[in-house]
Amino acid sequence: MPPIVSISNLSKTYASGFQALKSVDLAIEAGEIFALLGPNGAGRTTLIGIVCGIVNPSGGVVTAGGHDVVRDYRAARSLIGLVPQELSTDAFESVWATVNFSRGLFGKAPDRPYVEKLLKDLSLWDKRAAKIMTLSGGMKRRVMIAKALSHQPRILFLDEPTAGVDVELRRDMWEMVRSLRSTGVTIILTTHYIEEAQEMADRIAVMNRGEIILVEDKAALMATLGKKQLTLRLRQPLEGLPEALAGEPLTLSAGGCELVYAYDGAGGGAGVAALLARLADLGIAFKDLDTRESSLEDIFVSLVRAAP
Amino acid sequence: MRAPALNGHAIWAIYRFEMARTLRTLGQSILAPVISTSLYFVVFGAAIGSRISAVDGVSYGAFIVPGLLMLSLLTQSIANGSFGIFMPKFSGTIYEVLSAPISFVEILIGYVGASATKSIVLGLIILITARLFVPFHIAHPLMTALFLTLTSVTFSLFGFTLGIWADGFEKLQIVPALIVTPLTFLGGSFYSIAMLPAPWRQITLFNPVVYLISGLRWSFYGVADVAVGVSLAMTLVFLAGCLAAVGWMFRTGYRLKA
Repeated sequence: MPPIVSISNLSKTYASGFQALKSVDLAIEAGEIFALLGPNGAGRTTLIGIVCGIVNPSGGVVTAGGHDVVRDYRAARSLIGLVPQELSTDAFESVWATVNFSRGLFGKAPDRPYVEKLLKDLSLWDKRAAKIMTLSGGMKRRVMIAKALSHQPRILFLDEPTAGVDVELRRDMWEMVRSLRSTGVTIILTTHYIEEAQEMADRIAVMNRGEIILVEDKAALMATLGKKQLTLRLRQPLEGLPEALAGEPLTLSAGGCELVYAYDGAGGGAGVAALLARLADLGIAFKDLDTRESSLEDIFVSLVRAAP
Repeated sequence: MRAPALNGHAIWAIYRFEMARTLRTLGQSILAPVISTSLYFVVFGAAIGSRISAVDGVSYGAFIVPGLLMLSLLTQSIANGSFGIFMPKFSGTIYEVLSAPISFVEILIGYVGASATKSIVLGLIILITARLFVPFHIAHPLMTALFLTLTSVTFSLFGFTLGIWADGFEKLQIVPALIVTPLTFLGGSFYSIAMLPAPWRQITLFNPVVYLISGLRWSFYGVADVAVGVSLAMTLVFLAGCLAAVGWMFRTGYRLKA
């Protein structure tokens, strides 16, 4: 199946001379949840802006559902819903009016039952007559999601959907994203919360300084780059690694006070148990131990740092 | 799935949204201009007008009706047209219009159509209000309707370009306050340019509003400072100018799309 969003050789230089995107290539498969990670200024919002028609590309081609987003913008944009990062709403409009406005704007005939269900799903039904300005930040975020879904898009862009959102709404949002995916909607989200990408995404791309430095299946990314590490704080400092332990992935640090054991997270804890037993045999005592697993965050930070 | 050639739902959505904004701000949109127009009639029509002799055979109170109508049409069309597009830019909600499957022509029809509708309704309300103060008779009602519509559309378009250009409230106010209002007052709202001394009578012909007021006044009383054909031609020239400006803005994405 061809990718639902295909980006090739896309570049963007703003009038100020700032090069936000440098020849980006990306293919997003239909029905996946795709996370776009990157530090501020990496170009994620520009990338989304071009796909959605808010930003003019400087070069390159983008298609959505096979339609060129510039030449065939009507067909392309009909497929896309966008929840931007900023909470931009019409303060004086009611929730009901604004969601129906969005549906009309995207060329769809009114459909009361659908909009009613949408508002109920997003816990907005009780607030349908409320002016948007009277809603809390979290409810406004829900309104923006309802607007983006008002025309039943096949592709949904969520730009920082959970920034400044409380835990409950974040959980709700994850739930909603999963249920949308189960109906075949492709979801592209950008986030600062690595946890979110780790929890939700099927595939992850990391952007930095206008370039995509990595696109990987999340599970594969975690497996290849994810490491576990056991640190033992020793009672007596060691001068060197004992002969008996040579060949093990061990290093001494903190002036011989700490023994660090790096192992593969996928292999389970068998190696750790064996190591501890052998240390006991050798009479090496420790006062404390600590294990940590490299998270997506570590992977992300190391990738962005490594990039030139 | 083939997308339709014209997104009628979108035009209607924008039009309705804008009309709802008018109804929400009814006082500001309709009542304020009606009250200020009434004040002009009280002051210039009744109090001072009774001491001024008839102009071109029309009583002074009746003479100023087309000028006052034009004054309101221009200011309200520009205000409506500029606010309609400025507010989404200001609040950030413009993202949705830009990301929708809608052409710039459709955006224009929605916003400018709503703005012009408001101006036309307002113009009719002002005519009715004026009728309460001074008895007047419209000689060429179809021409009045034509000038009313053309002016509303043209200056809503002008307002629309102003709204795109303005990047702050100050700029939004400055063009109407410093350019349009003075030109309207000096364009013969309250006098016939024949009443001006010699050099000013010629200089004032560079004021575009003279042609608008003169045309509208001709449709009322059959008397005009300049030939009605010239007035009509000038109005169409402004319309073409505004369309060209909007066309350029849309083609380049000027202040709309980075």
